[in-house]
Amino acid sequence: MKDRLRVVHYLNQFFGQIGGEDKAGMTPVDKPGHVGPGMALAAALGTGAEIVGTVICGDTYFGENIDRATGEVVELISKYQPDLVIAGPAFNAGRYGTACGAVCAAVAERLGVPVVSGMYPENPGVDMFRSKVYIVETGDSAVGMRQAIPKMAALALKLAAGEKLSPAADGYISRGIRENYFADTTGAARAVEMLVKKLKGEAFTTEYPMPKFDRVEPNPAIENMATATIALVTSGGIVPKGNPDHIESSSASKFGRYSLEGVDVLTAETHQTAHGGYDPVYANQNPNRVLPVDVMRDLEREGVIGKLHNTFYTTVGNGTSVANAKKYAAAIANELIEAKVQGVVLTST
Amino acid sequence: MVKEIERAGIPVVHMCTVVPISLTVGANRIVPTVAIPHPLGNPALPPAEEKTLRRSLVERALAALSTPVEGQQVFDK
Repeated sequence: MKDRLRVVHYLNQFFGQIGGEDKAGMTPVDKPGHVGPGMALAAALGTGAEIVGTVICGDTYFGENIDRATGEVVELISKYQPDLVIAGPAFNAGRYGTACGAVCAAVAERLGVPVVSGMYPENPGVDMFRSKVYIVETGDSAVGMRQAIPKMAALALKLAAGEKLSPAADGYISRGIRENYFADTTGAARAVEMLVKKLKGEAFTTEYPMPKFDRVEPNPAIENMATATIALVTSGGIVPKGNPDHIESSSASKFGRYSLEGVDVLTAETHQTAHGGYDPVYANQNPNRVLPVDVMRDLEREGVIGKLHNTFYTTVGNGTSVANAKKYAAAIANELIEAKVQGVVLTST
Repeated sequence: MVKEIERAGIPVVHMCTVVPISLTVGANRIVPTVAIPHPLGNPALPPAEEKTLRRSLVERALAALSTPVEGQQVFDK
């Protein structure tokens, strides 16, 4: 038996101290020892484990090349012959959460070592990977780092030791696994007990939480595109130059509606992005790269579509809560219905 | 956002680069795009070619809106 567990830590370019969105396209690299939040993680893991290496990859590179990046990262991780791999925490960062989940799932499958990540429950990486990966529930931003690290370290050590775990006791997001156990009373008695508590207005814990399925049936196709009014909506943060309504670069508190009356093409002089979650250089140079007004106008002129709706809607989908995104989109949809819009092209970055 | 617009009764196509996220949030009509910071463009191309690329992606999105679907469908060609 080895005296110390060999741990490899996965980080994005930001927490890996390489750079911000301008470095998000970087391919994976590895560094011996711990980096950034790895220091606190090493302290929390204690003397029984050592972070022998850190693998760092740009979020955009990972998001755009999930399969290739996963392979490259796992390759770098495997060099260190780890006993344990820890990724993140990624909080509510969607690309980072997806990367952490994909790396953990691939490490577990290909290297057969225990893996732990940490994310905010609304991170899309949770729904994608929670059945395969232990994901500790964290806050929605790096403010929650101090709380997240000890929970992740404790869970990782228990996993490595092969101890029994449960979502409630160990603070990870349920993996949806049901386990049989011997109860003291029959199901009927337990159900009546719960019912009595419910009738008294007391708290009770269900033994089988119903999964939340929120799927919406697709609407019928547009039959005659040549007469249809199509609207452009984006979560990519395209706004008129100067961002007149001050839509926030992350956790947007509002959406914007802006006129396209007489606008044939978006330019660097007329529009920009307000989004803080991707490198804004390309969108600022040519905002049509996110909101394709130029092409839609051409298609309108040529009669391919009936009309481009003369208002576009926009917000910043960066750390924005699901509840807010739903609220904005419901309000946008109401206005679109009122304006008799028949189809929506929604672009995301 | 895609889902709320669909729920309101308007067909919607999601143009995005990270398709697994779009599938997870529940978009029905999905068109994969070029890159996260420039979904509908490629700064490496000359302007005219870049616009042709953008047009082909938008045409695919319109084709998706004109196609009846049952459940989720990725329009990758």
